[in-house]
Order: sequence, then structure tokens, then C-alpha cells
Amino acid sequence: MIVRKRRRIQTLFRRIVSVGSLALLFHVFQGRFTLLRDTRTDGSFLVHHFLSFYLKAGCKVCFVGLIQSFSHYNVVAQKLGVSLPAAKERGQLVFLEGLKSCFEVLFKEEPPTGQPNPLQFIREGGSNLKALYEFVRTSLTPSESDSWKCPVLLVDDVSVLLSLGMRPVDVLDFIHYCRVTVCSQLKGNIVVLVHSSEDSDDTENELVVNALCHQSNLILWAEGLATGFCKDIHGQLKIIPRGPAEPSTERDLPRTYQYKIQDRNVTFFARGMSTAVL
Amino acid sequence: MAALATGGAVRRGVAPSFRRAGEPGLAALPGTRPSLRRGQLLLSSGVPSLDAVLGGGLAVGTLLLIEEDKYGIYSNLLFKYFLAEGIVSGHHLFVASAKEDPADILKELPAPLLDEVNEEETVFKSKESQDYMKIAWRYQNLPKMEASPAASSRFGHYYDVSKTLSPELLQSTKCHHFFLPEEISLHPNINICNMTSGYIRLLQSIQRIIYQEGFDGSHPQKKQKNILRIGIQNLGSVLWGEDISCTDNPEDIYSLTKFLYVLRSLLRMSLSACIITVPAHLIQNKAIMERVTNLSDTVVGLESFIGSERETNPLYKDYHGLIHIHQIPQLNSLICDVSDTKDLAFRLKRKLFTIEIKKLCIWEEAWKSKSLCVYMFAYFCCYFDFFTAASGHYYSVVE
Repeated sequence: MIVRKRRRIQTLFRRIVSVGSLALLFHVFQGRFTLLRDTRTDGSFLVHHFLSFYLKAGCKVCFVGLIQSFSHYNVVAQKLGVSLPAAKERGQLVFLEGLKSCFEVLFKEEPPTGQPNPLQFIREGGSNLKALYEFVRTSLTPSESDSWKCPVLLVDDVSVLLSLGMRPVDVLDFIHYCRVTVCSQLKGNIVVLVHSSEDSDDTENELVVNALCHQSNLILWAEGLATGFCKDIHGQLKIIPRGPAEPSTERDLPRTYQYKIQDRNVTFFARGMSTAVL
Repeated sequence: MAALATGGAVRRGVAPSFRRAGEPGLAALPGTRPSLRRGQLLLSSGVPSLDAVLGGGLAVGTLLLIEEDKYGIYSNLLFKYFLAEGIVSGHHLFVASAKEDPADILKELPAPLLDEVNEEETVFKSKESQDYMKIAWRYQNLPKMEASPAASSRFGHYYDVSKTLSPELLQSTKCHHFFLPEEISLHPNINICNMTSGYIRLLQSIQRIIYQEGFDGSHPQKKQKNILRIGIQNLGSVLWGEDISCTDNPEDIYSLTKFLYVLRSLLRMSLSACIITVPAHLIQNKAIMERVTNLSDTVVGLESFIGSERETNPLYKDYHGLIHIHQIPQLNSLICDVSDTKDLAFRLKRKLFTIEIKKLCIWEEAWKSKSLCVYMFAYFCCYFDFFTAASGHYYSVVE
């Protein structure tokens, strides 16, 4: 009977914890820049979450997917309850498939009319991401017939731009231009994923990550466990609110949760409260 | 095309609106196996134990990067297993190298061990199957045996390193070669800013083969679909015109990463898989290796014991080296299949290349063999190690 009572208290505690500051992940704010950061693990589950969340919330989304193909995001979004082709057809989602654009810019003839390819810097060199910024701006600027809520820009991921020959200052310029347009002018949100590592030799990447940390309103930092690999706990997530105050009770406190990724969702729990341990 | 493979008809159990109509041929590709949990088509890497560690096999449309061991012996072997598996399964090959002529590489591939069917087994199976066929009677007349001995439709084979592949089998496979010294004379058509010309030619060559042979679905009426296995040897070495593996401050650190990005775009849109061996131990700039890891799907590092002090260490006497799985791709799913253990070692015998969990504790060996003298030997070894370590420390303090 005592065991049962203890279990009930534990599940109650877990539920309170999960409702608390995870609400930051489930509320559509406006004009926010959220940085997703991962260390020693893969934080792309956060990208999938935000994509399906904003589509369900009725926002217009521009997704710059540089690292994976469209079908990968599509399959996962199906599991989370959203259909990406349907969203594309009704004009809610503008998807830039980086890999396909890269192929088109290198191996196909350029179409005579229309927009220049957003990834033309791969062919022409130079070091500016202006074409990519123009693409984002034209996709998210609302037309008269649009009835969507705030526009959202999702970028997966920024570290790839550095691998393609961009300097850190070009990447930061691009993010800055996007923030001015999307966050300030259009009152939308930006969510960006970067990879980082504590003892990384990639100084350019660390420079970009630090600069983005300072510019962001919210940092979600997914880390692999410091103690090593565990089957039941895939990592820990630090939620660090920053920037101008919002009317929220936990605005200054960073919170840490551990998570386990399952096939269709992610469960969060307080540290040490995993079912494997209890 | 890989988009169709990864998200297409082989999936089950999710909303029917996603099912793509008219793709029955994908699941029947030779030498492949569908992974129903993720809707992917898997290939064997040529080593069945490596397939098991990687979660069933290599997904079509992905890249397997092997960080070479110090002398390149075992990474070369894995490279050859991959190509041999392609030949045995009936796939097409594309072999690229700056060091060896691809024709020579293909002549040295290991021969497969095709097992003979046991007679007793067939009798037992047919008895079982007759009972079964009472319900599934429509399938009674389908042939039980494979018709062609040349192309085996099994997934994953074992190879005999001491024998080479028969020339007949080699003749029957379509192999494309890319040997860099011979391609220098041709002028590249595409323009990628600041990339080494060897890489540009290689990308152009791969794209031409993919387009002409229809691996990207551009000739749907042509013939039966097949897989293209691409093997690139020793990428990033000096012979490709790069200097990242010979200086601390290379001139151009972006060539290799740009190459991998463009290669990724080619792989994802075609029915192909690629293996690349990279001399990671020679690349001093670790930032490049981090970016290379992020741009690859599966990354496996080999560490052989040749020439190191572990070669004579009794703890490692069963193994030839360690294998580190740095990354496994998370495709079409939120989670990836990670194996439970990270301590893996490999061992090469004539007919078998196995990867197994490293048994470091010789107490365990001694306990299993239940032999007192082995137990005493183990005890003495540990004690001796401790003693020499302690005395060594003592001497250095005295100095």
C-alpha cells in the first residue's frame, strides 16, 4: 500500500513537471528566435516537433531543409499527425529541399525566368547567402489571400552552411536579415538548429553557435548524457529562456529534463525519474 | 529515387493515404531487404555482423564512411567486401580510386561461400510445407529453389579471403571505373567553385552513370530496376589533389565537405549506396573530420592492433582491432537503432570477418573454461601488470 502511494506521488510529480515549463514548447509566441542546439546527440527530433506543431497551429511555415530529403521529414511528420504534401498544396508550407536544389544548380540548366536558385553560391562562390534570404523573404511575405497566423522560418541546419564554404560572418548576416524580416517586420518566429560540442576543434562553428545563443529568446539544448550511453534515457534537454521578459512565471530559470524518444513521441521526465531507475 | 525507396510501398501500418501506387517492383530488388519499421530498403555491407551492428544493413541512398586504420589493411578489406557483395547480389558497381586501377581492385575481390543445400533439411522442410500448403494452396506451385546459381538472392554472404572472385561472375556484372590519372585529360563541364578538379570529375562521372543507367528513375520503361554500389577509395588523400592529409593548415578545407554534400544529393535521389574510405588518422585538422561526420550517414572507425602494444597484450589476443561506430543515421524515424554496447572488436579469419563485443575481462574466459591454471595465469597477469606499472612510476619519481 505504501508502494502504491509512492508510485502515485511520483507519477503526479512527473505530470506537474511535464506541464510546467514545457509549456514554452507548446505556445505560439510572436517575434521569437528559438535556437535548437545539440551536443553529442542528434537534436533533430526537436525540429520535427516544431514543424508539426506550427503546422497544426495554422502558421505559415518556410522550412529550409538542407541536410535531409523531403521524404524523411514527410515520414516523421506523418507519425506526428501532419501531412506535408497536403500542407504544401494548400500553401501553408514552403519547403526548400537543399539537396534537390543543389543538384539542380549544378547539373541542370538554369531556367530562363523565375527566381535564381537559393543555393547558387555552391556554383558561383562568392560568400553571401543573399539568394537564400530572398527566397525566405518571398515565401513568408503574406499575400492578400493568405489567412495564416504568424509566419515561421525553420532552418535545419545552420552548420551545413559552414561546410559549404560560407564564412561565419556570412551565416550570421543571413540570420540577422531573417530576424529583421521575420521577427520584427512580419512578427513571426524563427527556429534554427545548430550542432555544437564542448571540446570541438571547429572554431568557426563555435563562433556561430555562441553568437546565435546571444541573439536568441529561447535555447533548447539537447545533450547526450555525460555519463555515457543509456538505453532508456536518450539524453537531457536544457530549456534556457533568454531575452526580453514575457509574462511567464519561469522566465529566468533554466530547466533540465531528461528525455526518451519513442516512435511517435518523446517523453520528458525530471532527472533521475526515468522508469528504468524507479 | 531513394525518396521512393525510403518512403514508399514497403511501409505498413500507417495512414493509407501515404501509400504510393504503382511501385511493386521496389521490394523485389535483388540483394535487398525492406525494413518495415522505417520504410527503407536495406543493403548488406558484405559483413553480416556489421549489418547487425548497423541495425539490419545499409539503407539505400546513404553513405557509409570508413575511417581507415593505420595501414589501411582492414578498411581496404571492408571496401572489397562491399563490392563483392554487390557482385554476388547482381548490383551494378562504380569503383573510383586515385591510387589503384579499379580493374585491379576488382580482380582481388574475395570469393563468396555459397553453401550447398543439405538434403535432410529439404526433406524436413517439404514435409512442413505440405501441411502449411493446405491453407495457402495458391502458392503450392511456386518454385522452392533459386533458379540461377550466379546471383544469390540471400541477404548477406560470407567470403573466403584466400580465394578471389571467379572471372565469370565478374564478367556478368556491370562495373564502371573511375581512375583519376586517366581522367585528368577530360575537361569538366560543371563548375563548382573552389573544388578540387578531381572531385568535380568524379561527381560528374557519378551523375552521368546515374542518369544514363536510369538509377534515378529517369528511364522508367528501360529495364528492371537495380542498385548502384559506389565505392570510393582513399578519399581525402594527397592523390586526389588535396592537402588536408599532409599539412596542418591546408589551403582549402571546404573541398571535401562540399564534395560530400553534392554526393549526398546524388545518393538521395537515386537507388544507390556508397562506401568511402578516408584516411582520418592523417587529417590533422579535426574540424574537417567533425564536418565530414555530420555530412555522412553511417560512420565507422577502425583501429587495428598492428604495430601497437596491444598486439602482444594477452587481453586482446583474440582480436585484430577495435571498431568504433561513430554514427548511425536516423532516417524516417525519430529514433535510431543503436546497439546496446559500444565496445566492439573485430577479428579476421580466412572465411569470416566478425565483429563482436569486446571481452576484456580474462577472468570471464577463465571462469568459462573452468580451468584452474588459466585462472591462476589471469591472476598473475593482472598482478604482474600492476607491479610493472607501479615500479615504473617509482623509477620516474626517483629520476
